[in-house]
Amino acid sequence: MQFSLRKNMEEELKEDPFITCKKCGRRSRKSQWISHYYACPVCGKLKNVSASYRLSVIFDKGSIRLQDQNITSQDPLNFPGYKEKLEATKDKTGLMESAVTATGKIGGQKAECIILDSRFFMGSMSDAVGEKVTRGIEYATKHHLPLIIFAASGGARMQEGIFSLMQMAKTSDAIEEYSRNGGLYISVLTHPTTGGVTASFATLADITLAEPGALIGFAGPRVIEQTIGKKLPAGFQRSEYLYQHGFVDKIVPREDLRETLMMLLKLHGMKVKEA
Amino acid sequence: MIRNILEQADKVDAKLAVLSKSAKKHTIMLTRKALTSESKDGENASSEDISALLEKEREEILHLQGLKKDLLEQCRDLTPADRVVLARLSNRPHITDFIDALFTDFFEQKGDHLYDEDPSIFGGIALFHGIPVTVLGHRKGSTVEENMACRFGMPCPEGYRKAMRLMGQAEKFGRPIITFIDTPGAYPGMEAEEHGQGEAIARSLAFMSHLSVPVIAVVTGEGNSGGALALSVCNRMLMLENAVYSVLSPEGFASILWKDSSRHEEACELMKLTAADLYENGIVDEVIPEPRGGAQTDPVSVYRSIEDAIARHLTPLMKMSPKEITADRHKKFRKL
Repeated sequence: MQFSLRKNMEEELKEDPFITCKKCGRRSRKSQWISHYYACPVCGKLKNVSASYRLSVIFDKGSIRLQDQNITSQDPLNFPGYKEKLEATKDKTGLMESAVTATGKIGGQKAECIILDSRFFMGSMSDAVGEKVTRGIEYATKHHLPLIIFAASGGARMQEGIFSLMQMAKTSDAIEEYSRNGGLYISVLTHPTTGGVTASFATLADITLAEPGALIGFAGPRVIEQTIGKKLPAGFQRSEYLYQHGFVDKIVPREDLRETLMMLLKLHGMKVKEA
Repeated sequence: MIRNILEQADKVDAKLAVLSKSAKKHTIMLTRKALTSESKDGENASSEDISALLEKEREEILHLQGLKKDLLEQCRDLTPADRVVLARLSNRPHITDFIDALFTDFFEQKGDHLYDEDPSIFGGIALFHGIPVTVLGHRKGSTVEENMACRFGMPCPEGYRKAMRLMGQAEKFGRPIITFIDTPGAYPGMEAEEHGQGEAIARSLAFMSHLSVPVIAVVTGEGNSGGALALSVCNRMLMLENAVYSVLSPEGFASILWKDSSRHEEACELMKLTAADLYENGIVDEVIPEPRGGAQTDPVSVYRSIEDAIARHLTPLMKMSPKEITADRHKKFRKL
């Protein structure tokens, strides 16, 4: 299965030709949103996008190869209602899990890419997500590929309890092994990256990038407000805030992402050329 | 239910304490009378009267002891929610008790040597059966002041960075690491976020996964979320019978799933957070039994069981090469 930017555009143009911005409430033409990489043409607020769209943005046309597409949650706790919800989400999103892994080429340089799609259970960490992410990292280790991970997660998948928690240890172990083998890992933090994903693979990169305005943190804002008993300041836990506090190397708008990645690969001695 | 039992047991304990004190006094009085055959002021009662009183007290003591035993017997079939109550008891033994009881020559190490000292992570170097080890874990504190200083065992990033400093030294000097897990979770505060709570936990996970010395984690109270996991990437996980370990506190779990934290008892049933559940799921390697009614009823027996279990697991691990130890840990977590 392959994705291309053009195919997605054509499909989406068939539906409602307008998109309403969640922040400023203005309706703009879908074609305008697309030309702005799904940022609101009026206020710049980013819209959450699918994993396939992200792949199409960073990889060379026709180079994407999806991996491990059949890994799906095992419902380890036999949690009431979970199986049904999983099936419904699979139908709705066309995904088997929130994690999508693929190889592709960026300016001719092969790379491993792992994306958490927030449309699937808010990108929460299930045993299947942990397994898929770990396999993706292991593939990159084995084949000496640069690794790019787009994190987006509401945190742990509650319905999987302790098994969700253990994925943090498993994925962090895999990243450490990859890193000790000299691999280059670039993390792109997208809205929202919280909980167990923030506290594992998402923050262990050599280069940490973030999309503008993304919520990034360990504890959720509501929990913090309950703990300290007061309102949090505006902009708390946003990309720009983390950038100021020294946890993000650069905030990169979507339209600059491919170019930034190409530059970083080049700086690490890889051959990259614009197609 | 468990709360009622424990309350009643506490009342019985209080009565027992009063009775045994008075019985002791009467025994002394009797002895003195027998020795001197004189009566002091205020001790006008005859030996017979005191004997009778003492007899009555002894009977009462026996009765109360029986009552307490019956009460604790009721703790035979505990629900997961009962165990959560036991795991959180403030008079349950904590890390400082374990270190005093299980180790000798403890030298406390402080601070992350980067920014701050976080008292909610307690640790240092000590001898276990004469072997130098690094021992560390969560500290909830025993007094209200300590509780506040330790934020009830919820570490900030500085705590995890301190833990990494201690563990890094353990690796350098070839010391095994023993961690004690007892935390409601990492601290959800503003400064903790500013200082990179997520990053600190992630680093700790990655760091521990590749340590070349044996790591044994002992879950002694409650172990919740990444805050607990950050000190439990181990070769062997041991767990006290009434300890609990889970992705989040049952209250937080209910709050996220059903937007209603009062449904926490229902959450306990679903979460599979007890030692027995985790043993069955292959996450915990050994369940350490506790006396009836919880570890606080007889801490000394618990210390002995933990000591025995650590020694049993440590011996074979110490025979492995550094590579084998890392591989052994990787295998444990990779299959989950």
